[in-house]
Amino acid sequence: MVHWSAEEKQLISSIWGKVNVEECGAEALARLLIVYPWTQRFFDNFGNLSSPTAIIGNPKVRAHGKKVLTSFGDAIKNLDNLKATYSKLSELHCDKLHVDPENFRLLGDILVIVLAAHFGKDFTPSCQATWQKLVGVVAHALAHKYH
Amino acid sequence: MVLSAADKTNVKGVFAKIGGQAEEYGGDALERLFVTYPQTKTYFPHFDLSKGSAQVKGHGKKVAAALVEAANHIDDIAGALSKLSDLHAQKLRVDPVNFKLLGQCFLVVVATRNPSLLTPEVHASLDKFLCAVGTVLTAKYR
Repeated sequence: MVHWSAEEKQLISSIWGKVNVEECGAEALARLLIVYPWTQRFFDNFGNLSSPTAIIGNPKVRAHGKKVLTSFGDAIKNLDNLKATYSKLSELHCDKLHVDPENFRLLGDILVIVLAAHFGKDFTPSCQATWQKLVGVVAHALAHKYH
Repeated sequence: MVLSAADKTNVKGVFAKIGGQAEEYGGDALERLFVTYPQTKTYFPHFDLSKGSAQVKGHGKKVAAALVEAANHIDDIAGALSKLSDLHAQKLRVDPVNFKLLGQCFLVVVATRNPSLLTPEVHASLDKFLCAVGTVLTAKYR
């Protein structure tokens, strides 16, 4: 089980409290698809992903980004029980969606950059460290049921 | 991973915008590297790694200078960083995984200090550039 210090929990909740989940989720997913274009392989049915502009404006990307980050919020509410929280989602990503867990790490790194851009200097090194730890742990939980 | 003409323009644009502050960006990136990925400190047992360390700032300057040099010779990064590549292969032998970690930290620094500069397109180009630099620095490892 992952240990979270009081300071880490505070850094997580203080940032999360100010995050617009819809905007942030949409941006993170769009950047994933733009910066790592091979990740588009999972989204053949999303329509036009032919350019950064198309990706950013794509309503399916926005909606899915919001969905993904909303789920992230569940992780934050269940920091002490992540594996159980993500058990079904992990099975889904393995058995139905066939997503290489490396993609969770890529999205996690992108999310950290999106937060950094949003919070500027307030995204201190400690803040970054805590959030990199969080995205890493979420990625691990999502990969946990893979077989 | 090949840098397109657009990538090169984007990267040069970033470093032109950052200008003389590149040194600070380098120091900031290193500080974040050591805090976020403590295992990277193992390469600096001889350094004072406490917050505000002059050695970290000094080393950040060197790292930034290398990135600027690579950006200025973006058509031949391997040529521009050849000596550094030798150094990393023969003496420093920093495990290749760490260049990705530093790249991530550098992107975070650009994001915190200059968010409007880091559009998705520029983000993609800069990420590719940082990967290319890491590849060059580890190219002679074996």
